[in-house]
Amino acid sequence: MKTSLLRYGLLLLGVVAVVVVLQLTPGCKSSSATAVGGDAASKVYVAPGSYDEFYNFVSGGFSGQLSVYGLPSGRMLKNIPVLSVNPETGYGYSEETKGMLMTSHGFVPWDDTHHPELSQTDGVPDGRWCFINGNNTPRIALVDLAYFKTRSVIEIPNSAGNHSSPFITGNSEYVVAGTRFSVPITGNQDVPISSYKENFQGTVSFIHPDAATGKMEVAFQILCPGVNFDLSHAGKGPSEGWFFFSCYNTEQAYNLLEVNASQRDKDFIMAVNWKKAEEYVKAGKGKKVAGKHLHNWFNEKTQMAETEVRTEVIQLDPKELKDIVYFVPCPKSPHGCDVDPSGKYFIGSGKLAALIPVFSFEKLQKAIAAGDFEGEFGGLPVVKYESALHGEVKKPGLGPLHTEFDGKGFAYTSMFVSSEIVKWDIEKLEVVDRVPTYYSIGHLCIPGGDSKKPWGKYVIAYNKITKDRYLPTGPELTQSAQLYDISGDKMQLLLDFPTIGEPHYAQALPAELVTKNSKKIYPIGENENPYVAKGEKETKVERKGKEVHIWMTAIRSHLTPDNIEGIKLGDEVYFHVTNLEQDWDVPHGFAVKGANTSEILIMPGETLTLKWVPDRVGIFPFYCTDFCSALHQEMQGYARVSPAGSNVPLTWKTTSKDAAGAAQ
Amino acid sequence: MVPRTTTYAVVAAFVLISAFAVSCGSGGDKPTENTTTPSQTNAAGTPKPGMIQPSDVTLGALDAAVAEKGKTTYDVKCQACHSLESNRVVGPGWKGITTRREPHWILNMAVNTDAMLADDPEAQKQLEECLVRMPNQGLSKTEAREVLEFMRQNDGVK
Repeated sequence: MKTSLLRYGLLLLGVVAVVVVLQLTPGCKSSSATAVGGDAASKVYVAPGSYDEFYNFVSGGFSGQLSVYGLPSGRMLKNIPVLSVNPETGYGYSEETKGMLMTSHGFVPWDDTHHPELSQTDGVPDGRWCFINGNNTPRIALVDLAYFKTRSVIEIPNSAGNHSSPFITGNSEYVVAGTRFSVPITGNQDVPISSYKENFQGTVSFIHPDAATGKMEVAFQILCPGVNFDLSHAGKGPSEGWFFFSCYNTEQAYNLLEVNASQRDKDFIMAVNWKKAEEYVKAGKGKKVAGKHLHNWFNEKTQMAETEVRTEVIQLDPKELKDIVYFVPCPKSPHGCDVDPSGKYFIGSGKLAALIPVFSFEKLQKAIAAGDFEGEFGGLPVVKYESALHGEVKKPGLGPLHTEFDGKGFAYTSMFVSSEIVKWDIEKLEVVDRVPTYYSIGHLCIPGGDSKKPWGKYVIAYNKITKDRYLPTGPELTQSAQLYDISGDKMQLLLDFPTIGEPHYAQALPAELVTKNSKKIYPIGENENPYVAKGEKETKVERKGKEVHIWMTAIRSHLTPDNIEGIKLGDEVYFHVTNLEQDWDVPHGFAVKGANTSEILIMPGETLTLKWVPDRVGIFPFYCTDFCSALHQEMQGYARVSPAGSNVPLTWKTTSKDAAGAAQ
Repeated sequence: MVPRTTTYAVVAAFVLISAFAVSCGSGGDKPTENTTTPSQTNAAGTPKPGMIQPSDVTLGALDAAVAEKGKTTYDVKCQACHSLESNRVVGPGWKGITTRREPHWILNMAVNTDAMLADDPEAQKQLEECLVRMPNQGLSKTEAREVLEFMRQNDGVK
């Protein structure tokens, strides 16, 4: 929220007033009714035991996670731990998952996740992966939708503030990352902040996810003038092979941006010919430059995060490779940068603009071919505004931010300041409908709404201000989303539902695209964790110097071994717990008294490790934390900790008579 | 969360069933001579889809290689709860099981665990005694047949 507050700082003063006006005079702004229609309840009612029609992947904002809802019910299905630790499951705490949050700055337990983007095939979401960006310590995460689990995380080198990310190309060739904050990149980094114009630069990076493994690689990055890159989208159809990034702060201000970055009437959309850039890289025209970054990949076989350090990245300089980057003027401090389903038009939403410009890709190409430029910015050509313009939507509302599409020729733009969604005709550039949102909408989402083939049944508003929408919960409130039916001519409000963190962008797709690949367990036969115990016969306790390793199993409802003696003060104890269950939805949890870490929640067939450093002599209980059977309360054990130098031998007990190898 | 409510519901059901069983004075662990139990057929007496029928199982001389494979599966997926003697750990000990239970009943418990616990009176009787629902351990029919061979070996079949 704080980053957004800064961003929208100038606008915030007016928000409350606008909200009040909207509330008090509901009819004066909007032509369509604001009341919930009589059939709204039946449109969102999903009977007990029935499934929703769509999955909705919603960014967790400052929670650093990715939450999943069903639509149209708005029921929350899961909060996937991605770029923040999650003590509920042990993500970022267990020895297996700590590595997922490693960066060149060391272990970073938190991030600010903004934009989920689904993998695509032929320009349409395919349900395989969901990407999301880390805005603070620049990263991109890939979430595997077979497991709803973070598969890989790549750090973005030579970047600061990864905001315009991770938007994707039509066949998932690349997801992109652009610097929100320009910083010194090449040469000396220890420079006066006031030397922004001379020393600060931006980059946009193209990250390639491997189709087989989900591992990611920075294929190349393009060095750019120092501005703030905000949002982006790939071209499609006729504009396939191009990418469009919105840029603000073309004033190149470095303080009080609220005022100093709002001076110019127009900033830019930066158009990048990524196919051409790719050719240059293949032809060896890129330069290898320093750029330390980490790649973390969760190996599903060994069930361990694997971290690789990379030290270089291939950079392209568009001042030398002259036909890959062009600037298109765009009023004023553009935020959203969206491409319509046909791929013929791209749209910039100027936060401070009183209109929405719609650019024509065909006209842009003609202007570039004809050299129809008005000048240069940072040594790169600036196309004339009118030469690339299809037309303007006049007086759409106040504070346009983002646009999604229904696939029927209409665009839906969120209006932050006037707190509404505006529906307009892309070809005719005419507003055809508007509905208020409660309050101050940021992003919006139509299932498949940034793809070639939207499922244009609903639009969801993700609002920045909640105020009085739910029962009050003190100063801090949940965030508020609203679901609207857009199947008719008029948008109809159906439902409010609360969300986690601060949702920014969200994506949705038909449920069957995900459920057809969904996994229920980890087959224990395929578990190659180095500390797996495939059955109680493989349970044991071993001392390696000061480390005590316990190979433990969990099954309804006992832990094996459950009595462990011979641990000494000063030891590091590793509980490697394998869940022997092979049935869907039977996790076991594990926790030990006084451990300075979270529990671990172990899925069927999985092995996770809890590290415990006892701080005193005594008997320490451990137990299963997830109610698993009628005898769950019996699922417990004891560890005895003796003084350092004690000669209590290392022994352990198993519960089962046939278990071998246990010292009785 | 699904498992918790389910578990509570099941526990509640156990309590009711147990109370009923006690009041009727039934129970005990005597060998049964069941042939086709209600769990394998529907009301019309035709086989239920997915359930293993008596005619699906043929037993011959012990195949030691198959039994060895069954032992491997036992160690990973069954041993935590079933001893090879007659004592109960979580579930019943396996000594003598191949003489107490029909082969198709054993296979159905291994492969169609949830259906058996839902429908089969003998499986339900067992559950009343153990009070921990037997997990569906995801055995294939082949794996279950191998485990059955291991059970026969454990019972001294040559």
